[in-house]
Amino acid sequence: MTFLGMPAFAPRGVGHLRGDEPFPAAARTALGNSQMRRNLRHATTTIRGKSGRVIAELPDWQDLRSAGSAIKADVMSRLPELLEELETRVTTAGGTVHWAADANEANEIVTRLVRETGSDRVIKVKSMATQEIALNEALEAAGITPVETDLAELIVQLGEDKPSHILVPAIHRNRSEIREIFLRAMPGVDPSLTDDPPVLAAAARRYLRETFLSTRVAVSGANFAIAETGTLAVVESEGNGRMCLTLPDTLITVMGIEKILPTWRDLEVFLQLLPRASTGERMNPYTTMWTGVTPGDGPQNFHLVLLDNGRSAVLADEVGRQALHCIRCSACLNVCPVYERTGGHAYGSVYPGPIGAILSPQLTGIEDNASLPYASTLCGACFDACPVKIDIPSILVHLRNQAPHPRAERAVMATASRVMQNPRLYARAQRAAKLARIVGRRGRGLPPPFSGWTAGRDLPEFPDQTFRDWWAAR
Amino acid sequence: MRIALFATCLADTLYPQAVKATVLLLERLGHEVVFPFEQTCCGQMHINTGYQKDALPLVRQYVSTFDPYDVIVAPSGSCVGSIRHQHEMVARSHGEAGLASRAADVGARTYELSELLIDVLKVEDVGAYYPHRVTYHPTCHSLRVARVGDKPLRLLRQVRGIDLVELPGAEQCCGFGGTFSLKNAATSTAMLADKMSNVVSTGADVCTAGDASCLMHIGGGLSRLRTGVRTVHLAEILASTEIS
Ligand code: SF4
Repeated sequence: MTFLGMPAFAPRGVGHLRGDEPFPAAARTALGNSQMRRNLRHATTTIRGKSGRVIAELPDWQDLRSAGSAIKADVMSRLPELLEELETRVTTAGGTVHWAADANEANEIVTRLVRETGSDRVIKVKSMATQEIALNEALEAAGITPVETDLAELIVQLGEDKPSHILVPAIHRNRSEIREIFLRAMPGVDPSLTDDPPVLAAAARRYLRETFLSTRVAVSGANFAIAETGTLAVVESEGNGRMCLTLPDTLITVMGIEKILPTWRDLEVFLQLLPRASTGERMNPYTTMWTGVTPGDGPQNFHLVLLDNGRSAVLADEVGRQALHCIRCSACLNVCPVYERTGGHAYGSVYPGPIGAILSPQLTGIEDNASLPYASTLCGACFDACPVKIDIPSILVHLRNQAPHPRAERAVMATASRVMQNPRLYARAQRAAKLARIVGRRGRGLPPPFSGWTAGRDLPEFPDQTFRDWWAAR
Repeated sequence: MRIALFATCLADTLYPQAVKATVLLLERLGHEVVFPFEQTCCGQMHINTGYQKDALPLVRQYVSTFDPYDVIVAPSGSCVGSIRHQHEMVARSHGEAGLASRAADVGARTYELSELLIDVLKVEDVGAYYPHRVTYHPTCHSLRVARVGDKPLRLLRQVRGIDLVELPGAEQCCGFGGTFSLKNAATSTAMLADKMSNVVSTGADVCTAGDASCLMHIGGGLSRLRTGVRTVHLAEILASTEIS
């Protein structure tokens, strides 16, 4: 075997994995958006409640989580072999498999495939992978119009906005904002549109129906791919996916290489885990599966684009690779106290919340997303919520250990460690700290980096005696 | 029983009353408490901020200090969580297999206060008296790392004179997160604001928890806003009697 070196990270200059500013600054701005905070508080609280209720119905939920985790760990341990099996099966069934090392390659492949059909428009099923690589921008640059058909994704697209949640990309919008976006940007919209949800949904439906019936090419992602049979699966709630996956002549699916499952039977576990953790449904309303091409039924040309874009680099890290187990249910976002307050845009990447904090820095290399592993209090709510038991807090701690550290912080930490190794130095430092507090008056602000504390909180009164002094004098 | 006390650096320095209360409570229940002077810090701040190499000597310090004892107690779910779930990992990732297995072993003998009382000493009613309106905040690390469950509440329910009121959104983080409160001060404050309004909504005079760190955070906010609500460590409530 030849050693090919460290696998490449997702390249810079393409895709949506890097933000414009570090998390703390972006979060500070986002916290001031009271409309967004109200929308998010309402939406996440509702999903949490719904999901919690249907999960409580299953006596074997913890066993299902363990099974999901074990299947994914097995997949990661033999990913190359499973991918080759998938390629063989898809090809035998009449599909064509393409390998894309990164976002640029994937965008080129999809653009070329669409061009070859002669179509200047594609309909799209909501997909994180195509958001990650900024496929829509690449298609537009090539004169091809992508139309998002998931309602929330359509709202984001028409609003020239960015998704802020994995499952509900327009979670930061409320219905009056959606009405304004539709009035401004939806072709042929009725100007007397109200903000009544059924009215808004009907407007989107009317617009999308025409598009479904007149577009010959669709682009999708995939929730699962079965190596054993070459079957692809997409689960969704609105039925738009079913339209995209069955009506057009050509279907192009872009899928991250980690989405693979070994056998058909494995779906049994994931089709129970995903809807309950994700939308709080017992079963997702639409499950579409297809294997290659079926003559006379559905798309007659099927292309599968297998996307790496940094995933092999994640796989190479034995601790961090658990991030590849993710089934994009977004349960970790919905329970995250940080996400609930800052919203998704603060994370800079299309993957926000706890999963984003561990996935984005690993896909891009830690230098490009160094603040994300710190965007968590390590409260652990995400770990408990994750249907495949990804130990997100431990991966955050692991990534913090690799992150570049500010020079001053490094010095403070090294000194603290040296003092703490020596009980006598430690006791002396305790007394010195007390002295420093007597000199600096109580309630007065501390210098950075401690100023963040005193901006909103008082410091405790320094006690007359440390515990160890009390014990010694006892 | 002979119980070794790990004060934790934070409580030793800033919340000695919580550690003293732990001592007085265990002695009142008829146990012998020892305080090994070589102890300092469990290294959690270093580990959670990304300085495992600097934490390694602190892990070694903890393990060698407490290895001689069968039962170790700390009045902190967070430090106990770190000792039990991180010490072994830190030692192992630095190639110290021997230290790692000793750390796992000492970790398994290290208990958070409510665990020690209920699981080891088999006592729920510690004979405490505390005539105040109290609400309990289950800290994230006691809940989801040390996994103490409802043990603190079971102990509090037995306290005489107490008016124990439920905290809305109790299981939501207070926003402390160690260095998170410095690195992400704005987000931390937003979380704290919600925690404080929940605390205030209960009408409690006292907010209690099993971690001095979170209490320092919540208490710092409650004090800044002059809410009049005090923060008191769980050990202090359990140590209170009619005579004291
Ligand atoms: S990390 Fe777990 S909880 Fe979060 S989106 Fe992925 S599968 Fe869901």
